[in-house]
Amino acid sequence: MQDEPTPIELTKTVADFLRGDIMPLISGHQAFKLRVAINILDLVTRQLTQEAGSDAKEVERLRALLSMDGSVIELNRALAERIAKGEVDLATPGLAEHLWQTTMDKLAVDQPNYASYKRELGRGG
Amino acid sequence: MIEAELSRSVRRWCKGATGATSAAKLSGGASQETWRFDIVHPDGPIGAILRRSPKGYGAAPTRAAGLAAEAQLMQLAYEAGVPSPRVMHVLTPEDDLGTGFIMQRIEGETIARKILRDDEFAAARPRLARQIGGVLAGLHKLPQDKLPALRSRSASEEIGEFERDYRSLNWPKPVFELALRWLRDHDPGPSDETTLVHGDFRNGNLVIGADGLRAVLDWELAHLGDPMEDLGWVCVNSWRFGEIDKPAGGFGSREELFAGYEAAGRKVDAARVTFWEVMGTLRWGIMCGGMMQRFREGPDHSMERAMIGRRASETEIDLLRLLAPRGG
Repeated sequence: MQDEPTPIELTKTVADFLRGDIMPLISGHQAFKLRVAINILDLVTRQLTQEAGSDAKEVERLRALLSMDGSVIELNRALAERIAKGEVDLATPGLAEHLWQTTMDKLAVDQPNYASYKRELGRGG
Repeated sequence: MIEAELSRSVRRWCKGATGATSAAKLSGGASQETWRFDIVHPDGPIGAILRRSPKGYGAAPTRAAGLAAEAQLMQLAYEAGVPSPRVMHVLTPEDDLGTGFIMQRIEGETIARKILRDDEFAAARPRLARQIGGVLAGLHKLPQDKLPALRSRSASEEIGEFERDYRSLNWPKPVFELALRWLRDHDPGPSDETTLVHGDFRNGNLVIGADGLRAVLDWELAHLGDPMEDLGWVCVNSWRFGEIDKPAGGFGSREELFAGYEAAGRKVDAARVTFWEVMGTLRWGIMCGGMMQRFREGPDHSMERAMIGRRASETEIDLLRLLAPRGG
């Protein structure tokens, strides 16, 4: 087991430093790149915070849907193959709900300000 | 320094010009660059743009029409009254600038967030959806016997190509698989007519001023195909920049876009437009994957490219909204 502070605490403190102390000092293309860098750290922080929980639920749904076991990547590969072969489609019970939940969990990490995501979040699943 | 070559070049073909100044690179990778500069002229500076492949770079990517074809298309569009910059000069070996062309610089905004939000464009915004419909109709009416040689692809061939691109990423995405199945099941078959298709008609490639659309840029993906492709591509949610209830580029409704197109004497096939909107959404998603792959494999190990890779999930939610919408 690694010592603390946790990766979440570390990425967050670096992002806060860059945003609060460095951002006001620079301009132009460097400021644009700094903003991208801060966005990356924020994304990583969100992923570290949310990934374990959302992946576990995704695996649970995939196991039920596919009647098989495996890692999250193996199960996604298997689902992709079954859709490609036409063995599973939107008429399959649970598929649409699974894809929606998985995609919402991704957007919560990748792009929580994306307008389509905010609209769908408002629907409350 | 590029200004020395530009100065020698403009003195040769621009009457009265004494040189070139203020050259700045706007964008581009290794094989294709865009520069802005001013031609020094006794009547006042003339704003110009250089599009070129630098010396030693001849081969264009497979989907690209090539710079010579681009110059020809922009000139044709300009002559037909489609808002487009005038081509001033096609580079020759004596220019010592590589291959490409120099065109008139049209002032205006291309940044979608500004066009969709700033007060400056408030009067233009309500007219833009209809206006771009009319411009697309004009573009699709360009005389085919005058077009340069362009690639031609049917919807089925396009699906096949995107599927190959996606599989080469080795990036299992159940939502993309679902979209590929949907496209195969809804392939509308060959189009009744084949026209020039711009191929990248969207926010970012449209120069807009307070008075409306001033120029259509970036003809590098122009090809022959189903004209409804351009109408579908401009409706892809990725180019609405938050204005998700205004499908036509974030400017307005599909109905306004279609009305502008039909008022200019061409017919809309709404089902085909929807097909191309789904195709376009998947196309941008796969392009995000390509960015991720190039970031990983280098040489462009940039943060921007890495972050575009993480935008594929935006296209996944948009595909679900199109193919498996939730109630309410």
